[in-house]
Amino acid sequence: MDEDTVICRCEDLTLKDIREAINQGCTSMEEIKRATRCGMGPCQGRTCLPLVAAELARATGKKADEILPCTVRPPLMPLKLGTIAGVDDG
Amino acid sequence: MVKGAEVVIIGGGIIGSSIAYYLAKEGCEDVVILEREYPSWGATGRCGAGIRQQWGTEMNCRLAKGSVDLFKDLSAELDYDIEFAQGGYLVLATSQTQLEQYRRNVSLQNSLGIPSKIVTPQEAKEIVPILRTDGLPGAAYCPTDGHANPFKTNLAYLRAAQRLGVSFYKFTEAKGIEMKGGRVRGVLTSQGRIETARVVNAAGGYSAQIGKMAGLEIPTYSERHQIMVTEPLDHLFDPMVISFTSGLYCQQVPPGSILMGMGDPDEPHSHDLSSSWQFLQKMAREALKILPILRDIRVVRQWAGLYNKTPDAQPILGQAEKLEGFYMAVGFSGHGFMIAPMVSLILARLLMGREPPISVERLSLERFERGELVIEPSVVG
Repeated sequence: MDEDTVICRCEDLTLKDIREAINQGCTSMEEIKRATRCGMGPCQGRTCLPLVAAELARATGKKADEILPCTVRPPLMPLKLGTIAGVDDG
Repeated sequence: MVKGAEVVIIGGGIIGSSIAYYLAKEGCEDVVILEREYPSWGATGRCGAGIRQQWGTEMNCRLAKGSVDLFKDLSAELDYDIEFAQGGYLVLATSQTQLEQYRRNVSLQNSLGIPSKIVTPQEAKEIVPILRTDGLPGAAYCPTDGHANPFKTNLAYLRAAQRLGVSFYKFTEAKGIEMKGGRVRGVLTSQGRIETARVVNAAGGYSAQIGKMAGLEIPTYSERHQIMVTEPLDHLFDPMVISFTSGLYCQQVPPGSILMGMGDPDEPHSHDLSSSWQFLQKMAREALKILPILRDIRVVRQWAGLYNKTPDAQPILGQAEKLEGFYMAVGFSGHGFMIAPMVSLILARLLMGREPPISVERLSLERFERGELVIEPSVVG
């Protein structure tokens, strides 16, 4: 994978951006998320976070299953404000 | 881990990291920051990112104005883009009585150099075109209020402090404070002991617990506050929109998503960080009352953070009278991020025995025993 490969489509982050965050001292998924916004977009990390975990494992010499995932936050699917408020007639 | 330091700061959020930076800048680089988790784990990384100067007490106005002056140049000073932008704050009134209170606040703010003003419903609509103004008596507006990225501001201060020689230990917990003869002697951590004569409690939601380690009763308590964010949209409005009646705040942030939060008057004192469906529904209903156009916009994430509150909603700043070398920057009551730059500059000067830019004697821990409280009326969220 070259460094210009897009890792997080929602936030437009490349592998280079992720490596930079790791080089600046991020050693956990939560730190990378906060430093880069990776996983904070509409898909909530469904595409990017496994890729970031793999990169973090490589960089820290850990196994992929030793990398703790980010906290999963509700709602699990995007929900319209109108639906939540109970005023959606569609 | 180091064996000793001039100053040990407990907490690596915005407050701890900025105090470390200003200390190093004042010439004291032998500083250690202890962070139990990682930068922005706590309230900094969970906050609404707003920067407001429209306060009801002179002290909060001065801390906020001083902070905005520092925020303006911070990206350049720290060599890190903190995404500071001045889109203003629009404070909605829901009654004539409240609007009258805003008039008094505005005249106090103006006397301190804060360019806030009262606006008509029509003017409010020009500032936030998607705002529903039916029944709105008016609002207060300050164009130089704004927001910054809390994660980046935290990291910007931290990295700058580290470049100046400050040591940062993440995933390292403060376990105890050693004292002798009414003075601080050291800090016990999960990685070992650090000898020091000065400790700074910058532990946010856990400030009272750190106080107990030093034998002090700090009258702060924590309370869960929830928040949520939508999918990104094209640009709709600039300012943070808030209401002291519902406790709502709402802003479109740089990625385009709309961030909104709201307090619950029945929230118990706790360290609970869970998210609730009840919040989501109440928040959606309140937001759609003032911004009905957002009904088809999707919420993508919700989370919670802690307000660390004091009885008068103003922070506790400075050294404890009963324990030499124990300093506090705690109890920000939901507005720590926005006043952090000035607060931390003040703390750094006090730690160095130098004159602070603003006197904060009235924000001492001992004001509660003496009954000298100045209550801040303008808290939101």
